[in-house]
This record gives sequence, structure tokens and C-alpha cells, in this order.
Amino acid sequence: MTSATSHHHGPATGMTRWLYTTNHKDIGNMYLIFSLVMFFIGGTMALIIRMELVEPGLQVVQPEFFNQMTTMHGLIMVFGAVMPGFVGLANWMIPMMIGAPDMALPRLNNFSFWILPFAFTMMLSTLFMDGGAPNFGWTFYAPLSTTYAPPSVTYFIFAMHMAGISSILGAINIIVTIMNMRAPSMNYMKMPLFVWTWLITAFLLIAVMPVLAGTVTMMLTDIHFGTSFFDAGGGGDPVLFQHLFWFFGHPEVYIMILPAFGIISQIVPTFSRKPLFGYSSMVYATSSIALLSFTVWAHHMFTVGLPLVGELFFMYATMLISVPTGVKVFNWVATMFRGSLTFETPMLFAIAFIVLFTIGGFSGLMLAISPADFQYHDTYFVVAHFHYVLVPGAVFSIMAGAYYWLPKWTGHMYNEFLGKCHFWCSFVGLNLTFFPMHFVGLAGMPRRIPDYSLQFADFNMISSIGGFLFGFSQLIFVIVVVKCVKGGKKAEAVSWEGAEGLEWSVPSPAPYHTFETPPEVK
Amino acid sequence: MLGKFFALFFGVCSFLFSMQTHADWALNMTQGVTDVSRSVYSLHMQIFWICVVIGILVFSVMLWSIIHHRKSAGAKAEQFHENTAVELIWTIVPIIILVAMAVPATTTLIKMYDTSESDVDIQITGYQWKWQYQYLSEDLSFFSNLSTDQDEINNLSEKNVNYLLEVDEPLVIPVGKKVRFLLTSNDVIHSWWVPAFAVKKDAIPGFINESWTRVEEEGIYRGQCAELCGKDHGFMPIVVKAVSEDEYLNWVTDKKTAIAAEVAAAARVWSLAELMERGEKVYQTNCAACHQPSGQGIPPTFPALKGSVIALEDQDAHIDIVLNGKAGSAMQAYAAQLSAVDLAAVITYERNAWGNDTGDVVAPQLIQSMVNSK
Repeated sequence: MTSATSHHHGPATGMTRWLYTTNHKDIGNMYLIFSLVMFFIGGTMALIIRMELVEPGLQVVQPEFFNQMTTMHGLIMVFGAVMPGFVGLANWMIPMMIGAPDMALPRLNNFSFWILPFAFTMMLSTLFMDGGAPNFGWTFYAPLSTTYAPPSVTYFIFAMHMAGISSILGAINIIVTIMNMRAPSMNYMKMPLFVWTWLITAFLLIAVMPVLAGTVTMMLTDIHFGTSFFDAGGGGDPVLFQHLFWFFGHPEVYIMILPAFGIISQIVPTFSRKPLFGYSSMVYATSSIALLSFTVWAHHMFTVGLPLVGELFFMYATMLISVPTGVKVFNWVATMFRGSLTFETPMLFAIAFIVLFTIGGFSGLMLAISPADFQYHDTYFVVAHFHYVLVPGAVFSIMAGAYYWLPKWTGHMYNEFLGKCHFWCSFVGLNLTFFPMHFVGLAGMPRRIPDYSLQFADFNMISSIGGFLFGFSQLIFVIVVVKCVKGGKKAEAVSWEGAEGLEWSVPSPAPYHTFETPPEVK
Repeated sequence: MLGKFFALFFGVCSFLFSMQTHADWALNMTQGVTDVSRSVYSLHMQIFWICVVIGILVFSVMLWSIIHHRKSAGAKAEQFHENTAVELIWTIVPIIILVAMAVPATTTLIKMYDTSESDVDIQITGYQWKWQYQYLSEDLSFFSNLSTDQDEINNLSEKNVNYLLEVDEPLVIPVGKKVRFLLTSNDVIHSWWVPAFAVKKDAIPGFINESWTRVEEEGIYRGQCAELCGKDHGFMPIVVKAVSEDEYLNWVTDKKTAIAAEVAAAARVWSLAELMERGEKVYQTNCAACHQPSGQGIPPTFPALKGSVIALEDQDAHIDIVLNGKAGSAMQAYAAQLSAVDLAAVITYERNAWGNDTGDVVAPQLIQSMVNSK
């Protein structure tokens, strides 16, 4: 163990600290703040959507703006909120969890963060352009996103390129750090699960972000340079776009959930005061999920007219994914079983994660059944499904991680009462928002429509009320964080009774530089 | 506690599902009116109940731990972990369940993919934002547009019971016959979905997809476009009228007569007032979605017609763009979509409405000669 009381300088002062910093903790903070800002911007868009859908008829916005909102909400939340949120946690925690002084490539780290604000400023600026922002859904299917797109699509493509470069550079940095900078006796099977899941996630990112870059470049040349990749009129194929997009898109889904698995696997043992039930099977399950994620992309395309054998292959492969995912859930539950449980805010979020993510997994299994998917596809059932895996999945895990490590970051305990308020309001709000969507989806309501027929009215009203409850509850989180940064009960080095791992061996708050000499690992 | 909340949720959820006999339409998937749709429904219920059972098992263990193994209740943590036998069991058992589920799913899928030996073939073409139905063996073709009044959408009048699920010309099919659908699109990707038939298939420009149904009960079945296709994606419903075979044959004859009468009408002389009256209707159905009822459009994507150079001055260019569309934009070619009278009427309307007072009367004969010269 080491501390930073030594000769090392602290952070620079003023704006330049943030512009030039190569410190993983500073960069982690910037990622997390960026992610939170995007979460609120994307959330505001969601509330505009929910406002329009309170009752049948067009009240608040017109269809063309509604489509811009659904598109931007998806893009901002996926690429602006969830992904940078996880990268922020990785920046903060991975060096401290493996006993490294910093990320392996600190300047690259600075660069990969600073691309993001520019990428998303450009993305958001499309809202003010002639013809409006992208309005073709976050999946931007051609030819709606090429021949029929608003002029701002070119800026959208550039912003996607920038966000993609940021992700690839971040992923390279994480892989290099984990492979080269672990404390001497920390072999791979001693790494904390958060580190493991991020290592696998980083490989997924490197594998698929270039596919996304290629896809948007093909769009660009279709729009401006007369190619016809996605235009049957010139010998191309609109379905090719979907194959490429989902070859990126499905691993992308796991990019947004594997680090969440890691966070939950840190928190559940801590508050159960009991080791994780199956460490090695968790590692193998995560790896299998990552490998399988490359073989299931066409389950997003069951209605495009795949040949029968294709349809069967993708159905079987998708069903298979539920096996390793199930293993993870069983392991978490087995970890809690016969533990000594306490229910601080991180644990509440973690338990809600397990329950609600499992519900999202169940609807995912239902969607895998290809014949039934002909009824579910592109309805609110799908909307319910992916929000159940992304909101109580990805978002709750980031919240859980933030509460779990806040004492280490700030040196203060957060206000437990407010934390619990935040949890319960979010929990009730999100179930109120997304559970009724299963019903309207099964009853036949298509997704991405600004207006709907009368039989869907009641559940949509409930969803909207829940949406506002969930949205405004997030302000409690901001209050908790601000209060915790400013002061509060002094946090111990080991801030939680059952916490284990190198990050708890340094003082709270963690000094600006940690592990200048490698620690001993048992 | 959390677990109790979940138990409550599950209780409510299964209660709601058990209500489906009373409120089929509102909470659960429809069983539909075809053999395939019933198979799909039963697959849906099977996998749903499998999930419910697994959920109850897993969450009960969790709930048990939350109640009995809490520190405040004096629980001491055991330190057991890693058990290969247990890991193997909870890997293999789910695989067996999945295989059991895959068998009926495969059977149903094979059935859905068998489009052979159809009795009636209908080509369905998606347009922004309407459907075209072509009866391939009947030389019969027409468009189907949303018929809900704009006032209802804008909350200016009471919404009727079929709000947004009604069209001017429904698709008519005979019951008991195998009807094959050939789906394609004129512009972007659409998806033709009628829940009661469990038919959902994407309509993709430049490609043809196949699907089929054999409806068992006469009735009116409603659906919607299921793939985001632009601004009015939410406003292109599908209505299918399933009728007896006799009624179907009569309908085909009547429909053909009506179309022939429309062609004959192009030969007579139409007054400005007649064309304006008809033109307004055609405009509201086909043009207003983009160019707006006020003719002001939504620039720059959908240009204004009110005061535009084309609509005020160059009549030939005006006719040309309506007939042939504008490449690389959302402006479609209407020559094949509307009759000569409708085309003449709508062009006349656009040249005389909203203060575009050119006084021009575009005769159906002129349109016909321009269409024929192509």
C-alpha cells in the first residue's frame, strides 16, 4: 500500500487542469459529469415524448419533431450517457482495482474524453438546423436515413465517427492498462470482476465500433458521392444496412450491460459479506455472452424476410444466450443466500438490477421465439424490453456504482436517507413507466408513433406519469452527489464493512496519485 | 421490501393476464383468426409461463435471503463459494427447457414460411404514407389512405372509435382461401402488420417479401405500419375486410366497374368549380401530409406550394413534377397512383387555392395525353 503524501505534485489549478489533465481520476470525473449532463438532456427528450403520448391526438409537438425526439433520445442515451458513464467508472476504478498508478496511455485518455463534448455538441446542434435533427430512429435504417433524410444527417454521421473514435481509443487504453499494469501477483483469475467485464467489453468495442464507422461512411457516400450500397435502384440492398448495423448493434447492447454485470458482482458480495458464489463461472459466462453476441444480430430483423434457415439459426443462437445470462443471475442470488445482508443504497440498486434486469431478460427470451416475434417486433413490447434491460440494467448499475464508490471519490459518506429516496422514487417511477408498455405492445401498439388509437390511452397515461416521476427523481441524485462532494460524515478507507479489493486499501478520498509502487496481492 | 414489491407486481401481472378472456384487445396478444395466429399465441403463452415459473423460483430464493439472511436479523455470513456441480445443473437445465421450447417454435415457423399453393395473390406496396393493393390475377389496383379527419387528430372534434385505424378503401379478401401477400415498397421500408393474422412483414424498396394468411372468420381486421417510415408513420393504418367468397367476387366486379367509370369521366369537360371541389379532396388525402392543408409546406424538406414559382407560373413543370415526382426527394410520381381526373383536379386546385389565383384549368385530357406520351 502506498499513499500520496510524498513529493508528488497535486493537480494544476484553473481550467487548464481539466483541459490538459492526464490523471485517470480527473478524466473519470469528467466522463461521469459528461454522462450525467447527457442523461438529463436525453431524459428531457424522453419527457417531451411522454408528454405528447399522455393522450391520443397531437397536443405538444408535431410528428416530424416527435421523430427527432425519439431519435435523439436514443442516440444521446446510448452514446452520450450510458457508454461514457461506464468509461468514467472504468477510468476511476480500474487502475485502483489492479494496483496501477494510472491508465497506461494517459494522453490518449485525455484525447478520448475531449472528443466527446465536441461530438455531442455537433449532434445536438442538428436540432437547430434547417430540416431539423435526424428523425429516422436511433437505428437509422436506410433509405430513410439516406435518400429521405434531412440535410443534418451529414453532421450526425460526423458526430458518430467522433464518438466511435473516442470509444475505440478508450477501449485500447483499457485493454493495455489491464494487460500490462496489474500488480505483480495479480493474475487474470484474481482480477476483480469489474475489471474482467471491462476487459471483455473493450474487446467488443474494438471489434464493432469500426463496423459502425464503416456503415455510416457507406451512408455518407450514398448521400453525397453517388454510391448505392443501400439503394436497390443502383444494385444495393437496404437490408445490407440492417445486417451491418446490427452486427455492430447487438454487441453494442452487451457493451452497455457487461460492465454493469461487473459492478453488480462487486456490490452484491460486499453487502452480503460473503464471497461471490462462482467467480470463475462468472468470468466464463461473461466471455460466452461476448462471443455469442456476434452470432445473434439478425434477431432484430426477423421480419425483413430472412430465409427459413437463417431465421432458425438466429432464433436458436439467441435462445442460447439466455443460458450464460441465467448463470450470472443464479450466481448473484446464490451469493446473497446465507449471507449477512444489509441494504444501503448501492445494494438496493443492485437488487433492483437483478430483479428488473431478469424481467428484461425474460421478455428478451420471449422475443427470441421467432414466430412470436412476428407479433412483438417493432411494438411497445420491444420498447418495454430494452428499457427494462437498459434503465434498471445499465443506468441502475451506474447509479449503484456511483453510490458504492462515492465515499472513496469524495472522502465523505453520502446522505443515506436521500439515497434511499432516490432509489425508491426511481424504482416506482420506472416500473410505472415501462411495465404498462408490455401490455400496449402486446395489444398492438407500434413503437415510434406520435399518436395512437383510443384503446391504448389508459396505459399510456400511466406510463407518462411514471416517466415524469422517474425523470424528476434523478434530481435527488444530483443533490446527493453535490452534498457528498461538499461534506458529510468522514469516510473510512474501507468505506463498507464487507468491501474487499485494492481500491479500499487507499485512503478516502483517494489521493491524486495512488499506487506509485505496486501493492502486494494475496 | 423490494422482493414484496416484485411479488405484488407479478401478482398484478398474472391477474391481468388471466383477465384476457374479458379484455383480449387491451392487455395481451390477440389470439387472432387464423391457424397460424393461434399457434403464435400459444407459443407466446408457453414461453410466458416458463418465464413466470423460473421467475418465481429465482425470486423466491432471493426473497428468502432478503428476509432471513439479513444482518439486522442476526444472520452470520457463510463463506461457501464455487461449486461445479451446481453450476453445471443451472447451465444444463435451462438448455433442456430451451430445446423443449425450440421444437414447437420451429414447427410454427415452417408453417408460416410455406407460401405455396395460394388461391389469391395480392401485391402490397408501401408508400409514404399509404398502402397500394394490386390483385395480381384480377388486373385490379387501388390505394388505401387514412380516413381519420384532421380535426380529430388536432383535437378539434371528438375522436371516433376507430380513430387512426380507418381507411378510405380497405383491402378485401375472401375467407377460407389462402391469400398470399407480396410485399414491396416505393420509397422507404414499411412493415405491413395485421395482428389478427399474425402477419408482419417488411415492405422493402427493390425487393419482394412473401407472407400468407387464411382467414377463418368474416370481419374487419385492423393493423398499422410497424416500421418507422418518416413523418406520418403513425398515420398509415391497414384495414382488411374478410368476406365470403361470393361477396368477394361481387366486390371485384363492382370495383372494376367503378374504375372504368373513372377512366370514362376523363373524357368529358370539367369546369373549374368541379375540379376545385374534387381537387381539394384529392389534395387533403395525398398532398396535405407534406405540403400541409394550408399549402405552406414544411420547408426545406417539404416546400410550400402557396406562392411557389411552379404552382403560379410554369404549368408544364407543375404537371411534370406531380406526374413523375422529383428524384432524390420525398415527392412521389403520382401518374400511376391517381386517375387523370384526380390529377387534373389536384393540379388545378394547387394553381387556384390559397391565393394562387392563376385561373388555370388543367383538363383531364391534357393529363391523359402527357401520361400516354411517356
